[in-house]
Amino acid sequence: MRPPFDHAPCGTSDHLTRRTLLKAAGLAGISWLTPLSQLLAVEAERAPKNAPAKSVILLWLAGGPSQLETFDPHQGSKIAHGSTAITTPLKGVKLASGLPRVAELMNDISLVRSVVSKEGDHERAFYNIKTGYRINPTVVHASMGSIITHELPNSAIEIPTHVSIIPNQWPARGGYLGAQYDAFRVDDPRNSVPDLKPRVSDERHQRRLAGLDIVESQFAVGRLANLEQKRTQHRTSIDRALKMMSSDQISAFDISSAPESEKKPYGDNRFGRACLAAVRLIETGVRCVEVTLNGWDTHANNAEEHVKQNAILDPAFSALIKDLKRRNLLDSTVVLCGGEFGRTPKLNPVEGRDHWPHGFTIAMAGGGIKGGRVIGSTDPSGEKEEPEDPRAVEDLHATVFRALGIDHTRQFMTDVGRPLAFSQGKVIEELLA
Amino acid sequence: MNPPPGPAPESSSSWKRNLAFTTLVLAAAGTVIGSLWTPAPPPAPKQHSSDEYERAPFSQAVARIDNEFADRWKERGLRPVDSADDLTILRRLTLGLAGAVPSLEEIQAIDKIPSEERVQWWLSYLFENRRTSDYLAERLARATVGVEDGPFLVYRRRRMVDWLADEIDANRPYDQLVRNLVNSEGVWTTQPEVNFITATMTKDPETGKSRPDVVRLAARTTRAFLGVRIDCVQCHDDMFGDHWKQEHFHQLAAFYAQSDVGLTGVREQKKRTYQYRFLDETNNVTVPAIAPFQPELMPATGDLRERLAAWITHPENRSFARTAVNRVWALLFNRPLIEPVDDIPLHGPFPPGMEPLADEFIRSGFDLRHLIRLIAATRTFQLDSKSSDPSRPTTETDEYHWAVFPLSRLRPDQVAGSILQASNLRTIDANAHIFHRVVRFFNERDFIKRYGDFGEDEFGEHAGTIPQRLLLMNGKMVQERTGDNMVLNASTRIGALAPDDSTAVRTAYHCVLTRDPTPKEARHFEELLGNTKGKNRNRAMADLFWTLMNSTEFSWNH
Repeated sequence: MRPPFDHAPCGTSDHLTRRTLLKAAGLAGISWLTPLSQLLAVEAERAPKNAPAKSVILLWLAGGPSQLETFDPHQGSKIAHGSTAITTPLKGVKLASGLPRVAELMNDISLVRSVVSKEGDHERAFYNIKTGYRINPTVVHASMGSIITHELPNSAIEIPTHVSIIPNQWPARGGYLGAQYDAFRVDDPRNSVPDLKPRVSDERHQRRLAGLDIVESQFAVGRLANLEQKRTQHRTSIDRALKMMSSDQISAFDISSAPESEKKPYGDNRFGRACLAAVRLIETGVRCVEVTLNGWDTHANNAEEHVKQNAILDPAFSALIKDLKRRNLLDSTVVLCGGEFGRTPKLNPVEGRDHWPHGFTIAMAGGGIKGGRVIGSTDPSGEKEEPEDPRAVEDLHATVFRALGIDHTRQFMTDVGRPLAFSQGKVIEELLA
Repeated sequence: MNPPPGPAPESSSSWKRNLAFTTLVLAAAGTVIGSLWTPAPPPAPKQHSSDEYERAPFSQAVARIDNEFADRWKERGLRPVDSADDLTILRRLTLGLAGAVPSLEEIQAIDKIPSEERVQWWLSYLFENRRTSDYLAERLARATVGVEDGPFLVYRRRRMVDWLADEIDANRPYDQLVRNLVNSEGVWTTQPEVNFITATMTKDPETGKSRPDVVRLAARTTRAFLGVRIDCVQCHDDMFGDHWKQEHFHQLAAFYAQSDVGLTGVREQKKRTYQYRFLDETNNVTVPAIAPFQPELMPATGDLRERLAAWITHPENRSFARTAVNRVWALLFNRPLIEPVDDIPLHGPFPPGMEPLADEFIRSGFDLRHLIRLIAATRTFQLDSKSSDPSRPTTETDEYHWAVFPLSRLRPDQVAGSILQASNLRTIDANAHIFHRVVRFFNERDFIKRYGDFGEDEFGEHAGTIPQRLLLMNGKMVQERTGDNMVLNASTRIGALAPDDSTAVRTAYHCVLTRDPTPKEARHFEELLGNTKGKNRNRAMADLFWTLMNSTEFSWNH
C-alpha cells in the first residue's frame, strides 16, 4: 500500500494561530482585498531568519539552452562564434548579452557552470534532471518536487502543494511515492484552472453527492473493513477535490486579478505569467512549482533562437527573483533555472548547436543558497570535453534537499521493495556556507 | 506552444467548419435513424459450441486449477466467498478484454443465454469482435514496445499495434507471434513487426549514428517474454540473492548486436560483435551470445536473432509460457498471479494455478484464446469480490490467496471507455457508427491525458488523485455524455423512453454499473425521479448518471 495522503488534519495549535492571524489581518485593514484563507496561509509561511527553506521554484529551459548564449559565455573565443557577453556586479563574471536584467541580480544568483550528466536524449535527460536518477526499468523515481511535498506537508493548504505550470510532455512525477505526489498540471495562468466549478447548480450538486453516499455505502457491504482508508481512498480524494473547489486559495493560480504593475515586469507571455503565478502559489504555501519554457533545442540558427528565448527568460527570471525578495520569500524559496543539458561548443553546418551533457550551467538562488558564487568552468577553447570541477546532476538535488532541511541520504523503501536514497549526490557545500 | 496569433484566413477555415458541421449533423442524424429504424441484430457469436467447454479435456484442466486453489485455501484455513453473479463476471471480462463496461444491448442479449453457458458464450462473442483484438493489441504493445512515440521516421507505433491486432484477430499462436517480433527484418512500414527493434533506435553520442539499442532490446525481451528482470544486473551483479550476473544480461544482449537499420530496413550485420566493459574492468571485451539459462534449448545454427527467438519460444522453456500466463491472468483480474507481472522465479515456488495453466498453454500450441477461456472458467475468476455475510467482511489475506476476487483500480482507458459506453445504449465497437468511434477516439485521448496514463506500469497499485476526481465530477466528458441530449445520451433517452421510474433507474444501473440497484438505491433514485417530466426529468436522469459514474464501484474492477 502507498502511504496515506500528506495532508494531515490541522491540529488545535494551527487553529489558534489562524485565529490570531485572522485578527491581525483584520486590524491591518487589508483582509477585504485578499481572500481570507490565502491571507492566513501566507502568514503561516513567513519564516524566521536562518530557518531551512520551505519551497522550491524550478524553471525548466526545455530543449537544452546553450550555456554559451546564456550563463557561460566565452566572448572572443572560437567557440563563441560571435556571441557576446556583458558584465555583472561580480568581478570577472559575465553573462550572455541577452540577459541584462538577470546580470544585474548576480549578487543573489549563483551559477554551477560545470554540471555533467550521461544523458544526451531529451526524455532521458529530463528524467535525470528531475529525479536525480537515470532511467531504470525497475523503478520510477520520485521527482525533486514530489519528495519535497512528501517530506514537508503543509496542513494549512487546500490546494495541491506540487504544481507544474505549462508543463511539457514530461511533468514531474511522484514515481515510487505514488501518483498523488504527481505535480498538479495547469495551463497558462491567464485562464482559470479547469474542472474546478461544478457544472450544475449548488442544489443539484448537493443532491448528486447525497446520492453518492448511498451508492458508496452499498458498495462497502461485505468488503474490506477499512475499504476507504486502506484501499480506495475514493471519498478522500473527492473530499480533497471538493475542498479545493471551494477554497479561496485557488485564486493564486489566476493572475488575471493581479495589478498591472505586478504583471508587467514578468513580460506578457505564457512563461512570464506562469512565473508570476509560481510566486503567488509559493506565497500561498505550495511547496514546489515547476515552470517550463520550451524552445531551446536549437539545432539550427542557434544564435538567433537564443536572442528570442532570452527575451522571454530575462524579464521573467529577474522579475521572479525581485518579486520573491519584495514579498520576503526569497530566503525561504530555492530557485533553480536551467535545462536538461547544454549545447555543443561547435556549430553544426546549419548554424545550430547540438546536445551537450558534458558541462552546462544551472543557476540557483534563494532559500539559503548564497548568491554571487560560480562553481566550475568550461574550456573556452572547446578542446576539453570535461569541465573544471565537474558536478553531477544529482549533486544539485542533494544541495536543494539540504537547503530545505531534508536528509537527502535517507533511504526510502520503494514499492518494488528496494530502498533508495532521496539523492545519491554530494551537497555542493560552497553554495551553502 | 502558443497558438499562432490572430484568426486563421477566413475563407479556408469557414468552409472547413461548414463541412465539418454538415458531416457531424449527417452522422448524428444517421445514428439516430439507424438506431430507431433498423432493427439491430442482437449481439451473438457466429461460431460457438457450448458443449466443448463442459466436457473433458477442458473441464479436466479447469478442475485441476480449481483443486490447486482449493488445497491452498484449506491449507491456510480460508473460506472462499460465493460466486459472483453473471453480470459482474460479464463486466470483468469486457473490461479486461475490450476496455469498457458491457453495453445495455449486450446485457440484454446475455439474458437470453442459459446461465451456465454465459461465460464461454460471451468469450466467443468478444473474440469475434474486432474491438477485443484492438484493445488486447494495445495492452500487449505496452509490454513489448512501451508507450512512447519513439524515434520519428523509423518507428510507427500505430502500425505495430495494428499488426498485433491482426495477429490476435487471427488467433496466431503466441510463440509464432513472439518469434516474428524478435526475428523480424525489413522496413517498419511494410513489416510492422520490426518496430519492436526500431522502437529502441538511439543515437550513439560518440559516432552520431542511430542504431537499435541492444540493452533496451535485451531488457524488453527478458521482461516481456521470459518474466525475468535481469536488466537490473545491467550495471552490476545481482544484489538481491538471485544468481544473475552482469554477464548473463550482456550475453543475452549480444543476440541483438548484429541488428542494424539501413535503407532496406532492419537487417543483420553478420560480422559485428558485441563489445562491453564490465564493472571494475578496464577494457572492453567481446561478449559472446549465450542463453542465460537452459542453453541446451538453443539451436546450434542460424542468425543470432533467429536462434534467440527459437530458444525463447521453445516448449520446454517454461518461463516463456509462465510469463504469458501471468500477463493474461493480469489482464483478466487486473492483478497478476505473481507480482510484479514480469518477475517470475525461474524455479518456483509457484502459486496455485500457474503450472497447470502453463502446461495447458504449451499443450494447446500457445493458443491465447484457450488460455483466456481456461482462466475465465475457473472458480477463482468467478468468485465474488465481497462476502455475502456482512458480519464476515473480506480481508487482505483472502485477497492475497485469491479466496475473493481482488479489488483493483481501473486503468484510465477503461474508465474513459466505460464512460462512453455507459452513455450509449448501443455497443461502441468496430462495427459502430463511425461518428461514435471518432467521438470515442478523441474523447478518450484527451481524457486519458488528464486522468494520468499509467504507462508501462500496467498492474502497479495506483493511488487516486485530485485531478482524477475533478475530471469525473466537473469534466467536460462526463458533463457532455450525461447531459440533456436525446440524440446521443443514454441518460436522456432512458428518461424519456422507460415506461416508469423503476425501469428508468434499473436501466441506468445496467448501463453504468452493470447490475440491478439494491432496494435502498432503487427507492432513493425513484423518489428523485418522482414522475418528473421534460427538462426536469432529463436533469434528474443526468444527476443519476453523474452519481453512478462518480462512485468507487464505477472506477474499480470488482
